[in-house]
Amino acid sequence: MSWVLVVLLAAPLVSVVVCAVLPNRAAQGATLVAGLLCFSLSIVLVGHPSSTALSGWLMVDPLSTVFVVPTAFLYFTTAIFSVGYVHPAGDEVARARYLRRFWVGFNVFAWAMLMAPIVNGLPLLWVAVEITTVVSALLVALEHTPGATEAAWKYVLIASMGLGIALVATVVMYYAGSAVLGSGLELFYSRMLPAAGRFPPQITELAFVLAVLGFGTKMGLVPVHTWLPDAHSEAPTPVSALLSGALLAICFYAILRYYEITERAVGAAFPREVLLAFGLASLVLAALVVAVQRDVKRLLAYSSVEHMGVLCIGMSFAAPLAVVGVLLHVLAHAAAKGTAFFGSGSVVRKFGSKDVASLRAGIVFLPWSGPMLVLAVLALSAMPPFGIFRSEFLIVAGGLRSPADAAAAVLVALVTLAAFGLTWYVGRTMMSPASLGTTSSEADGSPEPPPWPWGGLPAAESEAVLATAVVTVPRAQGEQERPSPTRGEPSPWIVAAMILGLAALVVLGIHPPAALGTLLHRAAAQLEVGR
Amino acid sequence: MLAAVARPTTFRDVADALTLLVLLTEFAMLRSSLPRSQVRLYAFQSLAVTALAALVAARHGLGDLYVIAALTLVLKVVLVPWIILRVLRDAGTEVAGSHRLGVATMVLIALAVSIFGFFTIGSMPFHSSSLPTPALGLSVAEILVAFMIVVLRADVVSQAAGFFSLENGVSVVSLVVASGLPLVVETAFLFDLVVAVVVFGILMRVHHRRTDTLSTGVLDRLRG
Repeated sequence: MSWVLVVLLAAPLVSVVVCAVLPNRAAQGATLVAGLLCFSLSIVLVGHPSSTALSGWLMVDPLSTVFVVPTAFLYFTTAIFSVGYVHPAGDEVARARYLRRFWVGFNVFAWAMLMAPIVNGLPLLWVAVEITTVVSALLVALEHTPGATEAAWKYVLIASMGLGIALVATVVMYYAGSAVLGSGLELFYSRMLPAAGRFPPQITELAFVLAVLGFGTKMGLVPVHTWLPDAHSEAPTPVSALLSGALLAICFYAILRYYEITERAVGAAFPREVLLAFGLASLVLAALVVAVQRDVKRLLAYSSVEHMGVLCIGMSFAAPLAVVGVLLHVLAHAAAKGTAFFGSGSVVRKFGSKDVASLRAGIVFLPWSGPMLVLAVLALSAMPPFGIFRSEFLIVAGGLRSPADAAAAVLVALVTLAAFGLTWYVGRTMMSPASLGTTSSEADGSPEPPPWPWGGLPAAESEAVLATAVVTVPRAQGEQERPSPTRGEPSPWIVAAMILGLAALVVLGIHPPAALGTLLHRAAAQLEVGR
Repeated sequence: MLAAVARPTTFRDVADALTLLVLLTEFAMLRSSLPRSQVRLYAFQSLAVTALAALVAARHGLGDLYVIAALTLVLKVVLVPWIILRVLRDAGTEVAGSHRLGVATMVLIALAVSIFGFFTIGSMPFHSSSLPTPALGLSVAEILVAFMIVVLRADVVSQAAGFFSLENGVSVVSLVVASGLPLVVETAFLFDLVVAVVVFGILMRVHHRRTDTLSTGVLDRLRG
C-alpha cells in the first residue's frame, strides 16, 4: 500500500501547482479533486493501516491513520466550503491575486498537515508542523484587516517560539535515543519504540515535558494558548476550520508520539500527570470564557481549547476505553468544529458581523445552514446522536473506572458548563425571534420591507408578530448601516459542506463502521495503556 | 567555573569561549537599542555558531557537520540578516529603544533567568561526547535570554531577531547532545528556518504597511 502514502502527499502538491498557474475555476476544481482523492485514500488506509514508503521516511500505523482521516476529511469538505465562501471584494487584479494566494496557501497548508502524521520520525514531524505554522500564519494575514495583521504576528511569533521548545524536545529525545542505539539514528518510530524501555528516564521525562509545552503551544493548551482565539477569529473562515479541526489535532498527534516513547521509558504515570495538569487548566479556562464570549468565531476557538483539554484529560485516565474515546473524539471534533465554522462563515456572510448583538434569527434567514449550525453546536456540546456524545461518553466511562475518577467528575461538570455557554449563545443568535420584515411566507428570498422598529408597533400587532417569529435585526451601537439580510443561503456549496460534516457526525455517533472501530482499538493498543 | 568542571585543553578552551560568546551576544542583543544593530549582532552570533560547528567537525572528523557549518554560514550569517535588513531599509523607520523595562532591569532579569537555566540543565544527567558538557547549560541559558528578548522588546524586528537567535541556541544544543543527527534532518531544520524567516519578513512588511510603524504597541485590539 505504499503508493497510497506517496499519492496522499503528491495530490495536494499537484493542486498547488495548478492553483499557482491556472485561473480560479481550475484552482477550485484541482483542490476539490485533490481533497476528494486524499479523503478516499485515507478511507483506504483505515482498512490497511500499516505501510511504509520512500525507504522508510514515510510510514503509517494505526495511530497516524487516526489523524490522517480527519485531516483529509476536512481538506475535502473545507475545499467544498471555500468554493462557495471565498469571494473577495475589490477590482479584478486584487481579486485574482487574493484567490491565487488563498488556494495556493490552502493546498500547501493541507499538504503539510497530511505530511505530519505520515512522515516517519520525530524530527520530520517537527519540520511538518513548523511548515503548517508558517503557511497558516500567511493565510491568517490574508484578510489585510488590522485584526488579521495583529493575529498573524502573534500567531507566528508565539507558535514559532513554542516550536523552538519542541525542537529542543526533539534534540533531547534524540540524545535519549542515541544513548541506547548509538549515533546516526534517524529517530524512526520503528527503531525508537522497541528500545524506549532502556532510554535514560530523567532525560526522556525532560523531552516529554518540553514536547507538551512546545507542541501544546500550537495545540492551544492553557497557559500557552494565547494566540489561538485571535488567529481563529481573524483568519478567513476556511482557514479557521482547518486550524481548529485539523491542525490542533495534528499537534496532539505529535504529543502522543512523545507519550508513546515516554510511557515505555518511565511508565505511564508521569506523562498522564503532565497531560492531566494541562488538560484541566485548558478545560477550566475555556469553559469559563465560552460562557461570556460575544464573537461567534472566538466562541468556537475557545470551544477548541475546551476540546483539546478533554483530549488531554482523556489520555490521563489509566483506561483503554478512555483512549479509544480520545481517538474517536479527534475524528468527531474535526467534523463538528469544521461544520460549526462553515455555519459561522455562512452567518458572517449573511449578517456581515461576528458580534452576538447583531445576529438574530439565524434559522429564519438561513433556512439550511442556520439549523445545521445549531445542530453542529449541539454536537459540539456532546448531545446525542452525534459523534462527540459517543466519544465523551467513552472518555467519561473510562475515567470513572480509573483511579482518577475525580478528574472524570470535574470533566463532566466543566464540559456541561461549556455546553451551556455554547447553546446559550446559539439560542440567542439563531433561535431568538429577531427580525421584523421577513415572514415565512417570504421564503423565496424576495427583498424584505424596511425593518420595523419595536417602538412603532401597535400592541396587538406586535403580539401577532411575535407569535409568527417575525422580528427585527437590531444593530449594535456605532456599527455602520448594513443592508438588512434576506432569507436564503449564501451558497449551495456551504450547505453541501455542512451536510457532509453532519453526516459524518451522525455516522460516528450512531454506528461507526466496523473497520474504524478496529482501527481505533489498534491505535489505542499502540498507546499501550494500563501499564 | 567552567575550568573547574573539566581539565582545560585547547579544544575545550576554544569551545567554551565560543559558547560563551553566543550567550554574551544574546545579552548584547537584549540591551542594544537599534534593531539594525540587533540584526548585526545576530549575524555575529551565527558566525560563532558556525565556528563551533566547524570546530566539532574538525575535532571528531564528522564530515556531515562541515556541510552544516557551510549552510549555517550562508543562511544564518548572510541570508537571514540580509532579508531582515532589507525589510528595515524598505520600512524606512527605525524604532529606537523599544525596551519595555529599563535596560538594567532587563539585563538583571535575563541574568537571573540564564543562571536558572544553566544550573537546571547542569543537574540533569547529560554527557556530551562532542563538546564540553557545560556548553549545554550555556546554550539553554541563551535560549531563555532569547525568550526574554521576545517578551521584553516591543518591536517586530527585535521579536523576530529574538526568535532567530533562539534557533541559534537550539543549534548549539544539538551540537552538544546530538552532533550525530543525520544530515538530511539537519538540512530540513535549516531549510525550515529560512522559510520561517521569509514568512517573518513578509509579516513584518504587512505590519509596517498597515500600521506605519515597527512597534508592537498598536497590537492591542484583540482581547478576551
